[in-house]
Amino acid sequence: MAAYIAKRLLAAIPVLFGLSIIVFLIMAMIPGDPATAILGSYATPENVAKLNADLGLDKSLPQQYLIWLGNILQGDFGRSYALNRPVLDEVLERFSATLILAGTALVLCSILGLLAGVVSAVRQYGLADKAITVLVLVGISTPSFWLGLLLILVFAVKIRLFPASGMYAIYGGGDLPDLLHHLFLPALTLAVVATGVIARLTRTAMLEVLRQDYIRTARAKGLTERRVIYRHAFKAALVSVIPVIGIQAGFVLGGAVYIETVFQWPGIGSMLVNAISTRDLLLVQGGVVVVAAAYVLFNLAADVVQTLLDPRLR
Amino acid sequence: MSDTAAAGSAGRMHKPRKRGRPSTLRLLFNNTLATTGLAVLVAIVLAALAAPLLPLPDPDVTAPADRLLRPLAEGHLLGTDALGRDILSRLIWGTRVSLAVGLSATLIAAFFGSLIGLVAGYAGGRVDTFLMRGVDMVMAFPYILLALAIVAALGPGLINALYAIAVINIPFFARNIRGITIGLSRREFVDAARLSGKSSAAILFGEVLPNVLPVIIITMSTTIGWMILETAGLSFLGLGAQPPQADLGSMLGDGRKILFTAPHVSIIPGLMIFALVMSINLFGDGVRDVLDPRLKSGALTRPVARTAVAQEREAEPRRHSGSVLDVVGLNTQFHIGGDIYRAVGGVDLHLKPGECLGIVGESGSGKSVTAMSLMGLVPTPPGRITAGSAWLEEEDLFSVDDERIRQLRGADVSHVFQDPLSTLHPLFTIGDQLTEAIMAHRPMRRSQADEKAEELLRLVRITNPAERLKVYPHELSGGMRQRVCIAMALANDAKVIIADEPTTALDVTVQAQILSLLDALRRESNAAILFITHDFGVVSAVCDRVAVMYAGRIVETGETEVVLARPAHPYTGKLIDCVPVLGQPGRRLDAIEGRPPVVNNLPAGCAFAARCERAEADCREGDIPLAAFGEGRAVRCLHPLKGEAADA
Ligand code: SF4
Repeated sequence: MAAYIAKRLLAAIPVLFGLSIIVFLIMAMIPGDPATAILGSYATPENVAKLNADLGLDKSLPQQYLIWLGNILQGDFGRSYALNRPVLDEVLERFSATLILAGTALVLCSILGLLAGVVSAVRQYGLADKAITVLVLVGISTPSFWLGLLLILVFAVKIRLFPASGMYAIYGGGDLPDLLHHLFLPALTLAVVATGVIARLTRTAMLEVLRQDYIRTARAKGLTERRVIYRHAFKAALVSVIPVIGIQAGFVLGGAVYIETVFQWPGIGSMLVNAISTRDLLLVQGGVVVVAAAYVLFNLAADVVQTLLDPRLR
Repeated sequence: MSDTAAAGSAGRMHKPRKRGRPSTLRLLFNNTLATTGLAVLVAIVLAALAAPLLPLPDPDVTAPADRLLRPLAEGHLLGTDALGRDILSRLIWGTRVSLAVGLSATLIAAFFGSLIGLVAGYAGGRVDTFLMRGVDMVMAFPYILLALAIVAALGPGLINALYAIAVINIPFFARNIRGITIGLSRREFVDAARLSGKSSAAILFGEVLPNVLPVIIITMSTTIGWMILETAGLSFLGLGAQPPQADLGSMLGDGRKILFTAPHVSIIPGLMIFALVMSINLFGDGVRDVLDPRLKSGALTRPVARTAVAQEREAEPRRHSGSVLDVVGLNTQFHIGGDIYRAVGGVDLHLKPGECLGIVGESGSGKSVTAMSLMGLVPTPPGRITAGSAWLEEEDLFSVDDERIRQLRGADVSHVFQDPLSTLHPLFTIGDQLTEAIMAHRPMRRSQADEKAEELLRLVRITNPAERLKVYPHELSGGMRQRVCIAMALANDAKVIIADEPTTALDVTVQAQILSLLDALRRESNAAILFITHDFGVVSAVCDRVAVMYAGRIVETGETEVVLARPAHPYTGKLIDCVPVLGQPGRRLDAIEGRPPVVNNLPAGCAFAARCERAEADCREGDIPLAAFGEGRAVRCLHPLKGEAADA
């Protein structure tokens, strides 16, 4: 197993390389003089000259890439002139807030989605199935940023059950209950679409599995229907749903951009949106690289879990 | 998984469209949700198209005096925004922009994605690897993040947002189209074009593209909702449409600043995005469901735990008192899309303790359905037991309740199925599966069950049983797996073992070993065996008696030796001729000319008449009874063979 994980880690390296190339190329698309664009209103001649030297902007594109790659491998993502601090510090601080939000949303959508999908499959064409199917459709068609606003209106303004924004209360907050209190609405909003997708695919996977010969065998053995469904069918369905959860992690991380903006969650998504508006391009670059790398690692983890569950993959 | 998902959907779309297009359309309109979606979508699109013609106030004219009017205010049906602009007018014009942007992004993504997919799939080799690696890289980003990076580089703006959303959706098209192109480029018509000396480009765009087009359109219809949502999202963040230009997303974003004082300004455009995306999804789902062959065939319907037994079924009394199993007048039907398939049309059979009865027939003869009906293992839907009784000693299996059936399954009646790879659960060890079978009927500690499982493996002549308990099915050979299945069937001292083609998936030497194992075990344990097979050679090795089935009914039955030596029914004769003879491989069952009739529309008279050389006029009239034919023998034929060779 350890060998397998090592192998997967090695296989992730070219992907990370590819990611870095894409990010680099996108940044190379910046129209006009990059140093001026990056510095924006901080573009004094000295700053421009320094940045040109730092980034090697006077060299050829491949050379620039190597310099840039060398820098980020050493953890040097440059400096945010707008915030006047190293990009990496800001990114890591923001990313931890995003991880709390996205992680909670991912746990929520996995549990709810699997549950809804299984119920839906077991009660196929029944009332519960129809209700879930409609809810799923509504869920995946709802713009999450709009849903967030509606939830704020209802639960923060009308019945004042949850705070409308932020991660901690300004006065007297900072402990875990306070965090959870602030976390509930944004995490729920963020989980909605992914819940729908996971529920849908779980339903299909369960229905497909329930047709398999080994389910007939399980019944022929005289197992209770509950055991047939929740042990035999569910385990097999789970194996095909786990990679979907891995992919949904990407949508949840991306969706965090909206939710963090709506709920003013101090995560990397709202940081990116602000950085784009203020043209703090090094910050954008650093944020994108870190989140994308985290996503690659997460998918790797999903792969490993799938392999743990399915001996045929070992 | 994204691979399998893509492959799955690709495979689905791959299927040639059904010719019955009218019925497809009708199906679509029968789907209320899909029609509602279509109606809403058409209404929205028409309103957006007609925006310049509608009597609407100018969407950009500000009127500070009229700011933040609530909906239903005079002259402003949906109220006004913070600058006093008419929301209804802005909504319709904004919808126009959102639709245009979503559609353009879809078209761009479809164009480049399909191009990549076509070239990669057709060229194969290095080109394919290179292109698909690139696509994988793009997919390695969390979806919207890449769009943000692109917008960051190009600068905020509606057109840049459009490009960004298009780029991140290219991989979906590339993957889907590549899969189908690979399939197509191996087809004859492409080979023919290649031989005729056409250039690759001509083949790709002249021959392959037209066949791929429907898939491109389906993929577009499934992604356009997303693209509208995502472009609106970027505008909401202030990265898309810039004032004075407005789409639904930027309206929502503007309204957000005054959410608490004037919620309608943000709620209304959000509702419109929702209605738009929901209607597209409803319609798209409807289309997908109608085109999905799996739904039509019922392949995605969940079978219930036990075959349905028709209410109007009449139980039949037992006929053979000393028997352990006595099946009387069994009828099992499949109800598929208005047609009724009579898979089993009145079968009687009985088993004495320790006896082995073979049921022989071609595939589709109803032999497996007969066997699977007994313990309710025929999938419902579509299966249904409509008449008859199956007496297991004193109990009618079709009358007892579900819990009783569960208690009997795997205990008094156990099963061995055909393909031991698919019949064992791939994710549990042999030990797990064996002990589970034991403990389902005899509660005991796991360690005890483990011992018992080891004993069972020894019983079926598996060496190193303790080690084997820890392995997974895929780590064993086919023969080993089938031994495990047999061990499972013996776990609770069954009185009857139903063996459904247990040796068909195995190669010949292994087949012989398994047969002799079954035969030996039967003699040791005195279990009766109902042995389903298509192979008379196998019958002769293990069965005491044999029943030959054709088109859902028994056509001949008797002692194995007698039937083998002098078959009476012409069909039996042909089956026996099909037994592989040493040195004459290839003489298989499919050697019988013609096909068995479809059981939803059986001809009058003898079902075999169309393939029978002895058929005469009277064979095609009226029902032919299963008539006694000497001692313990019966045959359903008006002109039975009398000792002469079958194909004479
Ligand atoms: S009844 Fe007639 S058609 Fe049927 S098998 Fe006998 S001879 Fe052939």
